[in-house]
Amino acid sequence: MYVYDQYDQNIVDDRVKQFRDQTRRYLAGELGEAEFRPLRLQNGLYIQRFAPMLRIAVPYGLMSSTQVRMLAKIARDYDKGYAHISTRQNVQFNWPDLENVPQILAELATVQMHAIQTSGNCIRNTTTDQFAGVAKDEVVDPRPWCEIIRQWSTFHPEFSHLPRKFKIAVNGAVSDRAAIEVHDIGLEAVKNAAGELGFRVSVGGGLGRTPVVGSFINEFLPWQHLITYLDAILRVYNRYGRRDNKYKARIKILVKALTPEVFSERVNAEWAHLKDGPSTLTEAEIQRVAAHFTDPAYRELNDFSGELAELDAQHPGFARWRQRNTFAHKKPGYVAVTLSLKPTGVAPGDVTDKQLDVIADLADRYSFKEVRNSHNQNIILADVEQSRLFELWGELRDNGFATPNIGLLTDIICCPGGDFCSLANAKSLPIAEAIQRRFDDLDYLFDIGNLDLNISGCMNACGHHHVGHIGILGVDKKGQEFYQVSLGGSAGRDASLAQILGPSFAQEDMADVIEKIINVYVEQRNEEESFLDTYRRIGVDLFKERVYAANN
Amino acid sequence: MQRIIKNGQLIDETWHLLPKDAAFDSLPNCDDIIVPLGLWVDHGPALKARDGGLGVWLDAGDEIEEIADQLDNFQVIALNFPAFTDGRHSSTAYLLRQRYGYKGEVRAIGDVLRDQLFAMQRCGFDAFALREDQDAESALLAFSEFSEVYQASSDQTLPLFRRRG
Repeated sequence: MYVYDQYDQNIVDDRVKQFRDQTRRYLAGELGEAEFRPLRLQNGLYIQRFAPMLRIAVPYGLMSSTQVRMLAKIARDYDKGYAHISTRQNVQFNWPDLENVPQILAELATVQMHAIQTSGNCIRNTTTDQFAGVAKDEVVDPRPWCEIIRQWSTFHPEFSHLPRKFKIAVNGAVSDRAAIEVHDIGLEAVKNAAGELGFRVSVGGGLGRTPVVGSFINEFLPWQHLITYLDAILRVYNRYGRRDNKYKARIKILVKALTPEVFSERVNAEWAHLKDGPSTLTEAEIQRVAAHFTDPAYRELNDFSGELAELDAQHPGFARWRQRNTFAHKKPGYVAVTLSLKPTGVAPGDVTDKQLDVIADLADRYSFKEVRNSHNQNIILADVEQSRLFELWGELRDNGFATPNIGLLTDIICCPGGDFCSLANAKSLPIAEAIQRRFDDLDYLFDIGNLDLNISGCMNACGHHHVGHIGILGVDKKGQEFYQVSLGGSAGRDASLAQILGPSFAQEDMADVIEKIINVYVEQRNEEESFLDTYRRIGVDLFKERVYAANN
Repeated sequence: MQRIIKNGQLIDETWHLLPKDAAFDSLPNCDDIIVPLGLWVDHGPALKARDGGLGVWLDAGDEIEEIADQLDNFQVIALNFPAFTDGRHSSTAYLLRQRYGYKGEVRAIGDVLRDQLFAMQRCGFDAFALREDQDAESALLAFSEFSEVYQASSDQTLPLFRRRG
C-alpha cells in the first residue's frame, strides 16, 4: 500500500497543528460556532446526538495492520471501545470528546492516517473496489489512481468550499463493485484497442434526496489527462453549481439542468485551457505511485480445490462460509476472505477494539499485514492462502467474524440512524436487527441468495437505500418514526434506482413486510433467478398486492 | 483607518470601496476607488478619464469573463465573498492569474476570515480586507500553516509530483 514520504507526512503533520489551533481558538471563544463548523467538518468532526462523531479517512478502504491497531487504541482510549466501518470505507468513532480530537489526530498521523475531508463541502474520500489488486476480473488496478486523486484532492485550494460534498469512485474491473454510477464522478479504468489506459468518466450520479444514475461524458480520457480533466469538471461545478438551496447543490442537479451534453461541452471548453499543462500526469509519477501497489510476495502455489472440497464435505458450516465469504483470487492457491461485521444483534459495521486487534493480528499472520474496508461495511483479508482457509475459519468463528452471510439478506448496509446521528428521522439499527432475527434460518437465507438490503435513517441516504434490491428509508410522520420500502435498486454495473412500494410502515411491522416481499419472490422466481432479476421481470405489482393486502 | 493584508503584511487601506448602488454623479475625481461591476459597465469611459486610481469589484455571481478583455484598466480587482463558504471566487482568482495574466491586486472582500487565507492566497489573492471582527495580526500566521502543497495553483504552478525529490 502507499507509504508516505516526507512531503506527505509534512502535510498531515501541518494539518494536525492547524486543527489543534483551530480547536483551541474555538474552545477559547475566539472562533465562533458558525466559523468553526466547516473547519471541523472538513476534518470529519460532527456534533452528534451524544458526543461528536469523528470520521477517520481510510483512503480507498486500504489499511495496514499497524493502522488497524491504532484504531483499536483510539477506540479504547477515546471512545467506548467501538469503531464503525462506514459506507465510504471510512472508520467512525461515536464518542470522542472534542477536546481530545487534536490528540487523536496527532496519534493517527504517526501511522499515516488523518481525517482530512471526510465531511464538509469538499472532495471526499475516493472509494474503490474492495478487491482491487486481487480480483480475477480486474482490467486495471485502481489503487494507484485513487492515491493520485487523493493527493490532488487533499487541500485543493480552489475546491475547498464547493456548493456541496463531492464523491469520486474508481473501478478497474469487469464487475463494478465500487458503485461508480452513483457518485458525483465515477471513473472506470479501461484499455482502448491499442492497449492504452484511460478512463470512462461518469458525472452527476448520487444518492441523497434526489437519487440519479450518472451520465458518461467521456468514453476514453487518456490517463495523462486525468487531473486536468478533474480540475475542469470541478471548476465548472464550483462556479455554476447551485448555492441557493443545499438540496439542489450537488453536481447532479447542475448536470441535469444543463443536460449532460451541455455540461460536457462546458467541461471540454474549460479543459482546453488546462490540457497538456503542468498538471498533466507523468509516467514517472504513475510508476512512483504504482510501485506501492505491486503484488506482495506471493508463493507459487496451486489451487487447493480438492482438499477444500473434502473439508466442505466434512464440515457443512465451513462449506457454507466458504461459499459466501470467500472471493476468487487472481493468484492460484490464494483467496480473498470477507470478515462479516453483520452478525445478528450487532450494529452493521461495528467492531470492538478487541476485534480490531484480532483483525490486525490475523492480517499479520494470514494476509501480508493488510486489510480492506468495503462499502458494504465488512472487512477483507485479501491475500489468504487457500491451504490455511480452514484454520482461518476457526479463528474467525472464535472472534465473531464468520457469519456466512456476505451478499445475503442479513448482510445489511445500514447507517447509524437515529440512535446516534442527529440528522436521522428514524432509527435504523433496530430495523436491521429485527430483520436479521426474522431471517435467522441459514438454509433459508442461502436459498434466497444474493440480496442487497440497505437501510438509511433519513433521506441523506448514507445507507444507500436507493440502490438496495430492497431499500428501507426512515421517515418522520408527525413526530413518529415510519419506514418507506422500495424495491429494485442496484449499485452494480446495471445500476438502477429502487421504486417506492407505497405508504410507509410502522417499525414493528417491518420484519413482516420484508418477509412478505421475500415470499413473493420465492413463489415467483424461476430456477436460479435472483431477487433483483425476478423483480425486474415481474415488476412491483405482486409485491404491492401482498404487502398491502388487508388480511394476510 | 482600516488596515488590510497585502502580500502577507498589514498595511493601511487607501482605497474606497463603493457600495453596489453607488451613483456615478457623486464620485470624487482624485480618490482611489473600487467600483461595483455595474458602474464600470455603465460608465467605463468616464471612470477611465478620472485622475484617481481605479479598481472594480465583483459579487459572487459575477463572472470574470465579462471584463476579461478590460483588465488593464484596473489596479485592483476585488472579489466579494457573501459567505466564507462560498468558494466561487476562488476559481475567479485562479482564472485572473493563470488564464488572463492579471498582475494587479486581487483582493478578497466580504466574509474574509483567517482560516481561509492559506487556500485563498494559493488561488491568486494577494490582498485581504478581513471581516471586521478578525484579529489581523494573528491572521498573518495563516499564510505559513502548510509547508508543502500537492496541487498546482497560482502560487505554485507545478504540482508536487513534478517537484518531488
